[in-house]
Amino acid sequence: MNASFAIMISVIMRDVRLGWSQGGTGTMSLSFFFIAVTLFPFGVGPEPQVLTRIAPGVIWVVALLACLLSLDRLYQADYEDGSLDDLALSPAGLLPVVIAKILAHWISTSLPLVLLSPLLGLLMNLPAEGYVQLVLSLAIGTLALSFIGSIGAALTVAMRRGGVLLSLLVLPLYIPSLIFGVTGIDAAIMGLDVLPHTALLSAITLVAVVLGPIASASAIRLALE
Amino acid sequence: MHIFANPARFVRLADKIMPWAVVVFIGTLGYGLYLAFFDSPIDYQQGESVRIMYVHVPAAWMSMFTYMVIAVSSFVALVWRHPLAQIAGKAAAPIGAAFTALALVTGALWGKPMWGTYWVWDGRLTSVLILFFLYLGYMAIWQAMDDEEKAGRAAAILALVGSVNIPIIKFSVDWWNTLHQPASVMRLDGSTIDGSMLWPLFMMAIAFQAYFVIVFFWRMKLEIDRRKIAVLRLQEVSGS
Repeated sequence: MNASFAIMISVIMRDVRLGWSQGGTGTMSLSFFFIAVTLFPFGVGPEPQVLTRIAPGVIWVVALLACLLSLDRLYQADYEDGSLDDLALSPAGLLPVVIAKILAHWISTSLPLVLLSPLLGLLMNLPAEGYVQLVLSLAIGTLALSFIGSIGAALTVAMRRGGVLLSLLVLPLYIPSLIFGVTGIDAAIMGLDVLPHTALLSAITLVAVVLGPIASASAIRLALE
Repeated sequence: MHIFANPARFVRLADKIMPWAVVVFIGTLGYGLYLAFFDSPIDYQQGESVRIMYVHVPAAWMSMFTYMVIAVSSFVALVWRHPLAQIAGKAAAPIGAAFTALALVTGALWGKPMWGTYWVWDGRLTSVLILFFLYLGYMAIWQAMDDEEKAGRAAAILALVGSVNIPIIKFSVDWWNTLHQPASVMRLDGSTIDGSMLWPLFMMAIAFQAYFVIVFFWRMKLEIDRRKIAVLRLQEVSGS
């Protein structure tokens, strides 16, 4: 147990460092998140009421796409240079490594988005009541996005142009998280109870946390054969 | 289960079942269509358009049933590594996608006169649309990989993950309770549909099921033959 824990910590440290090094996925998804959200006022017009209405959905959808953008490199870089074979042979087995890599993906790409989201809420004229729920729902929801997305990344790891297929595989599975993430923020803005939405969102995340690593690990084993 | 894993035995069994399935299909389809068009009452609210139900509801049932077939055969394929189970999943997917598309299209055509719109983002409609995307993803992953054995197992993993959506579809109408009506036929306190409408619906459901069996077995046999030819070609090349 301790050995696998140590491996997890070192994999997380390594991946986060890689994600934030020059040309890593962390800075790029953060810039994508920022730029893509700012496109919407140009597209739909700068009227404050319109922006208020669409703010939760826009921020959530763009966060989801930012997560998706960085997913195809989750295992691919390690697969190409052979370090994934090494990690699979580690005494702890593949499962802790997979969990660590997913957590590292979340820390290096989604956590910055979560922390930046209030600023984008401000730009999108989100009402004051929505901010706490925006950060909370993104924090819980993006965790599910990373864990579900890992399955798609693992299934497409050996494909040269897996990115498009990855989005076809993963996006349908993202829809429930998106629904409850956004309805929770809408409820908070309207002054309604946010607990049911947050509870359902958390339930989806918990299912993803359980199923994601198992499915990802078996898909990676398949690719490494 | 293991008895049916032998492809040769499966083909013999399928050849025996096929003619019966064709007879059942023609019989129930003819009788069911006759009942649906001429011998069932019009709805006091919906008028003639209620007859769309006799295609829409069986197609929607089959869209979920086919996915369950894929999910179960994926499970068998992953656990026991039966090649026939992989073939079953591959053969069923396009049929299921077609049923799902049929359910969505007939639903839209039924929705226009009843709800005043072809499409609403209602829980049931949205989750069936997700099901359609899951079918597309499953078929895409089969095509994206060159090694068929690996493609089959990758597709099986995806199918099992996606099977989480099936209970969501089934219960979406009870949870969200929006435009789409809740379950009327399969419920614990008995059906809320009158017998005069239930009987043609039942006939059409059997016809759809028989159609599925015919096309499913047919596609499985084709896939077995295709793999046999591939092996024979390989032997021929390596032999010469």
